[in-house]
Amino acid sequence: MNQPNRIDGGQIDRATTLKFQFNERWLTAHPGDTLASALLANGVRLVGRSFKYHRPRGIFSAGSEEPNALVQLHKGAALEPNTRATTVEVFDGLYATSQNHRGSLEYDFLAVNDLLSPFLSAGFYYKTFMWPRAFWEKIYEPVIRSAAGLGRLSGKPDPDAYDHGYLHCDVLIIGAGPAGLTAALAAGRAGLRVILADEDFRMGGRLNAETQVVGDMEGAAWAQAAVGELTSMNNVRLMTRTTVYGAYDHGTYGALERMTDHLSDSGDKPRQVLWRVYSKRAILCAGATERSIAFGNNDRPGVMLAGAVRAYVNRFGVAPGRRVAVLTNNNDGLRTVDDLRAKGIEVSAVIDARKGDYLVNTTGRKGLKSVHLNNGRRIEADCLAVSGGWSPNVHLSSHHRGRPIWRDDIAAFVPGGELPPGMIVAGAANGTLTLASILKEAHETAQRIATDLGKSGPTGEPPKASDEDFATAPIWHINKGKQRAWVDLQNDVTTKDVTQSHREGFRSVEHLKRYTTLGMATDQGKTSNMLGLAVMAEASGKTIPETGTTIFRPPYSPVPIGAFAGRARGKDFRPTRRTPSHDWASENGASFVETGAWLRAEWYARPGERGWRDSVDREVKATRTGVGICDVTTLGKIDIQGRDTAEFLNKIYANAFLKLPVGKVRYGLMLREDGTVYDDGTTARLSETHFVMTTTTANAVLVFRNLEFARQCLWPDLDVHLISTTDAWAQFSVAGPKSRALMQKAVDDLDLSNEAFPFMACAACTVFGGTPARLFRISFSGELAYEIAVPARYGDAMIRAMMAAGEEFNLTPYGTEALGVMRIEKGHVAGNELNGQTDARMIGLGKMISRNKDFIGAALLDRPEQTRDDGLQLVGLRPIDANVNLTAGAHFLNPGDPADMAHDQGWMTSVAYSPELGCSIGLGFLKRGSERHGETLRSFSPIRAQDVMVEVCSPHHIDPEGERQRG
Amino acid sequence: MRYNALKILKEGLTGNKGWTPVWREPDPKPEYDIVIVGGGGHGLATAYYLSNKFGMTNIAVVEKGWIGSGNVGRNTTLIRANYLLEGNQPFYELSLKLWEGLEQDFNYNAMVSQRGILNLYHSDAQRDAYARRGNAMHLTGSGGALLDEVQIREKCPYLDFDNARFPIKGALWQPRGGTVRHDAVAWGFARGADQKGVDILQNCEVTGFQIENGVCRGVETSRGAIRARKVAVCVAGSSGRVMSLAGMRLPIESHVLQAFVSEGLKPILPSVITFGAGHFYVSQSDKGGLVFGGDIDGYNTYAQRGNLPVVEDVCEGGMAILPMIGRARLLRMWGGVMDMSMDGSPFIDRTHIDGLYFNGGWCYGGFKATPASGFCYAHLLSKDAPHPVATRLRLDRFRRGAPIDEKGAGPQPNLH
Amino acid sequence: MIINHPLLGPRDAAEFVYLGDASLIERPDGFGENAEDAMYDYVYLRDNPAGQHRELWYHEQGDRSWLVVTRNTLTHEITAIELARDVARSKGRSR
Repeated sequence: MNQPNRIDGGQIDRATTLKFQFNERWLTAHPGDTLASALLANGVRLVGRSFKYHRPRGIFSAGSEEPNALVQLHKGAALEPNTRATTVEVFDGLYATSQNHRGSLEYDFLAVNDLLSPFLSAGFYYKTFMWPRAFWEKIYEPVIRSAAGLGRLSGKPDPDAYDHGYLHCDVLIIGAGPAGLTAALAAGRAGLRVILADEDFRMGGRLNAETQVVGDMEGAAWAQAAVGELTSMNNVRLMTRTTVYGAYDHGTYGALERMTDHLSDSGDKPRQVLWRVYSKRAILCAGATERSIAFGNNDRPGVMLAGAVRAYVNRFGVAPGRRVAVLTNNNDGLRTVDDLRAKGIEVSAVIDARKGDYLVNTTGRKGLKSVHLNNGRRIEADCLAVSGGWSPNVHLSSHHRGRPIWRDDIAAFVPGGELPPGMIVAGAANGTLTLASILKEAHETAQRIATDLGKSGPTGEPPKASDEDFATAPIWHINKGKQRAWVDLQNDVTTKDVTQSHREGFRSVEHLKRYTTLGMATDQGKTSNMLGLAVMAEASGKTIPETGTTIFRPPYSPVPIGAFAGRARGKDFRPTRRTPSHDWASENGASFVETGAWLRAEWYARPGERGWRDSVDREVKATRTGVGICDVTTLGKIDIQGRDTAEFLNKIYANAFLKLPVGKVRYGLMLREDGTVYDDGTTARLSETHFVMTTTTANAVLVFRNLEFARQCLWPDLDVHLISTTDAWAQFSVAGPKSRALMQKAVDDLDLSNEAFPFMACAACTVFGGTPARLFRISFSGELAYEIAVPARYGDAMIRAMMAAGEEFNLTPYGTEALGVMRIEKGHVAGNELNGQTDARMIGLGKMISRNKDFIGAALLDRPEQTRDDGLQLVGLRPIDANVNLTAGAHFLNPGDPADMAHDQGWMTSVAYSPELGCSIGLGFLKRGSERHGETLRSFSPIRAQDVMVEVCSPHHIDPEGERQRG
Repeated sequence: MRYNALKILKEGLTGNKGWTPVWREPDPKPEYDIVIVGGGGHGLATAYYLSNKFGMTNIAVVEKGWIGSGNVGRNTTLIRANYLLEGNQPFYELSLKLWEGLEQDFNYNAMVSQRGILNLYHSDAQRDAYARRGNAMHLTGSGGALLDEVQIREKCPYLDFDNARFPIKGALWQPRGGTVRHDAVAWGFARGADQKGVDILQNCEVTGFQIENGVCRGVETSRGAIRARKVAVCVAGSSGRVMSLAGMRLPIESHVLQAFVSEGLKPILPSVITFGAGHFYVSQSDKGGLVFGGDIDGYNTYAQRGNLPVVEDVCEGGMAILPMIGRARLLRMWGGVMDMSMDGSPFIDRTHIDGLYFNGGWCYGGFKATPASGFCYAHLLSKDAPHPVATRLRLDRFRRGAPIDEKGAGPQPNLH
Repeated sequence: MIINHPLLGPRDAAEFVYLGDASLIERPDGFGENAEDAMYDYVYLRDNPAGQHRELWYHEQGDRSWLVVTRNTLTHEITAIELARDVARSKGRSR
């Protein structure tokens, strides 16, 4: 278990050895290693396959920009696809496998695609696979789909937990490289509340990978000292393993902190935390990303960014090769040569593109063997360090409207246009690419922010460093030789694809991206976009800024979907509201149904019942012949008080409310401003200035919102005050011919005779010896019925007391199903009828609407299409064959008419089995329905394979005169 | 140039050097019969059908940026005809029929993939509403089936059946629904129109309308004035802004809809799935990314970006039905600006200004409508009469009291 | 987004519900002359500007104030926040 490429030095802990697996092979590593550095240390060069041609791929970078080295981690439900080996910290027992190959990684059958590549150039699929038509879904597409994709999902629920958190700060510093650390020191010393976030597990950024000196110390050592000072400040929060992935409005940033991904055992802690950071200012110190140079076969395992080579050598103590060639167009790349030699690694060639030297080809299918120079020389190399210059990480600066601007001197885009308000960019991200200038700029930026925010504490001096010479030449690709030259390593976009895209007219940057898939891979083109743009510019004969720039969208690097969802999953997807009688109901055989956020009892099963229909039929019969009780707390309740309440309600409701007497309840119909029925309910007047409104369960929140709108925005001087009391009162419907006797027993000192407390009466009272209550004589079932409300804290006691008091009357609890059956029998409309498309005329309430006042919805009631003679009207339906069960959603057709939309007569809104009538019944909307009672129609439901005949009748299937509820 | 396998073979063997531009880059002519404002999917489809089916070729499409840069370039690629109302469903059925023959028609593989769409339901009321809708689909010949929980378990065993806050009770299934490679739609229509002589003018922004005595005679653009017998605006997302240049106020607000794509994954979702108790819908692209979305952010905006609460809401919806996607990473999120209309339905109509026509208000459902929108707009422009399936998509429908309100949400755009 | 509530200070926009154009305060008399025309304009037509927009937000998860927020629809920058009731009164609305 030796690590053949492990060399001296680096920021790893050699005292501890970790064991991990790659493709079932056990290997070793040390704390401080990434999976990538550990694989290189162990001499593993081939780690994956490219997307389209399945070319062998090795490690290309040392950071989150990695396009090549994507692996799967873990097994079973925890399987995690597409993870960059360059960002994974090795821990003991880590299990990783390669992905996107058929057969083994070494012998991937799909590598045949590479041989067919002449026919698979940019956009080839748009030009073929069209014949015969049926073959696309059956043959071509499945083949393409199975070859595409990268890693796999397990298909099992994500076993981990994710948390959400919220942070506030004066200044968020994004990136803890030399700029970020310097800015944090200055801001922290000045007394600002600072958050310093870095995606790496070790702060320091490039300082950890380079041999530069800061303040008379090695850069990496200075970084650790800076971290030490920052740790001692309690106004600074240091966040490693934290990626700030997006810039949102008003100084809000999204950040993902990886809490336990690097641990063998999470200890039941959340895997990751998704932070929302609220900042007054942000300093973007995200550094820069190195880019490659395109030349023939530049995609071999072993071809690596020069900065990554230095990172492996200096930070990780790993030799990425034993004979390394260096290709660069800038001085920074040349530093690689010194760093390699300092570690005793052979540098087999130094190719400075600025001097006219270049590479035309490479060899080594599964690992680089040699590079071919333009002068015909062939040089042995198992690693090629390439530097095509550095691109500032402008990403977050362009998340709003900022469009990066071009700087010729560094051949790169820097942040420009409208940055997210409050954001300032410093250091390499701002195009400042030399160390002393970076430190100075970062320090001054933080100082300026401190002054802006009124903090004038001493900020100290910026650390000392020297500015190296950063001379770069804009050399992007070497357009010599016949070999394919890769631009996007993951998606297999070559320079030929880019020129073909130009040839075919896909010349805007967005067209290029979309046509070739350049920059659309998991790395979002961090190392490839500039290259592609440069090749396109050359093909068009334009400059790069004339050709365009691609703007970046969040996230900066990909974020697990589970992290966005956080704890809101499974049963906790949304809160659950329980009614006051919930516990009692579950003790008594109730099954529950989701009604919005509420859980309501749908029926109460009793021993011996063969299914829900038995229970529901029993509950309906018991209520209609005796007395039943149902928890109706979920109905919206709004307490309205004030001198002008009656006037206010008169503007809200379509029917008259001005003269509702105290002690009375009235049905109220609420319209939208467009005249459509919005909600209905009852409103009771408890005193001259005190009303209680009920709404439907579904609209409780919305109606309250609308009332507040009317009160504050439309009629601001009316004396009206609102409070939602839905949760404050437990309310029960007590229905059936014996309900009066029961209620008389329950209430204290209130005469419930029909004369003293008639239909639509209401009163404040007490029950069971002093419990405060409100009693309303209203009926949804059509029976003699009451609704009794007690403060919610008495709800559980109330249902138990009622059941005890009701024993002598065989009081039967009923659920929402029985409630539904009874309202359909009675012909009362509910959500299925009042679906936001319904006019009052459709439900027979046209005459109830007042024509003598202004109210919400008054003005748009009579537009031509609303008053048509052939409009839909509510009817009742019964099957001709009494054994048929009607189904909701069926459409009505006249017998003999063709089944098409032109002959559609309406539809069935609600159905139920009526125990009283002994057959299935329905409600529905039918064209000219109220004139058509007695007609026979087809009830046509092909979606449920039903086509039956029905008779149209009154929607009031029982007691059409309403004698029961008034009795 | 006609595309076929032989052509690809020949080009592959000769270095792919013989391909030619898919569309020309002409200079604007001073006058056209019809100027179509907006080189998005609908504008290009209109130009395609005008030139290929209605015999009109003296046409320009003027586009502010690059063609396909509107919502055809930033959507979640779904096609379906599972509407409820008479104003909509026959129109979307026509669209689905056009999709079905589109690729052979315009000789471009837009990867129309009829992999089916599964609308989950979670309550009896939802089931009833889906039954009504499914029956409306049968009345227009669109087909569909109501599946119960057992059938869904068989089809999609990875859905959360056992730990869901809102249990899955069934689904409306439309096998003819599916996905299309969205950019290719714009390119295919552009190519087909270009081949008939339509001028596609990119980087040509309309800055004004030439309205003389109540008649629209052309447009002012960043590339000069262009006269036209008819001007056909087709700029969903920017309708308010563009039509205000003609002094018109519209029953439309601009809102942002975010969309999301994950990193590439091996095939795991065969069909399109929508959640019925939250805002989430998803499909998997041929490249392997999960393409998903949810609700609009809900405030007026012209910024093509949204905010985090909706991102979280959408991902919560995703995890609610597909708890396996927690470890898939969200790769890219973006926002498209929608014309949100007052009833959630679109407009294809003439305006009160002679010679000025309007197509817009597509809300977040414009992509699936692309071929029918182009076809019906072309019909209107060439015959000056609405196509039979688009007779209700009129600007004056609110005045007449005939909204086409599928959701019943009323005249509040952010509720549709 | 952050909405700086005039009474409560800065609050996350997620606490609010959005309604739309602040012209919804200026409801015409539904019983007056030309009520249908005026109401049609009020209910259905919008300026929908790309730029400054005065709009109604409701602090549902808070103090239930309706606010008029002046916000740029291109940048989302908020430049003014008023209590809608004050705006309504300034427009002459009363009872």
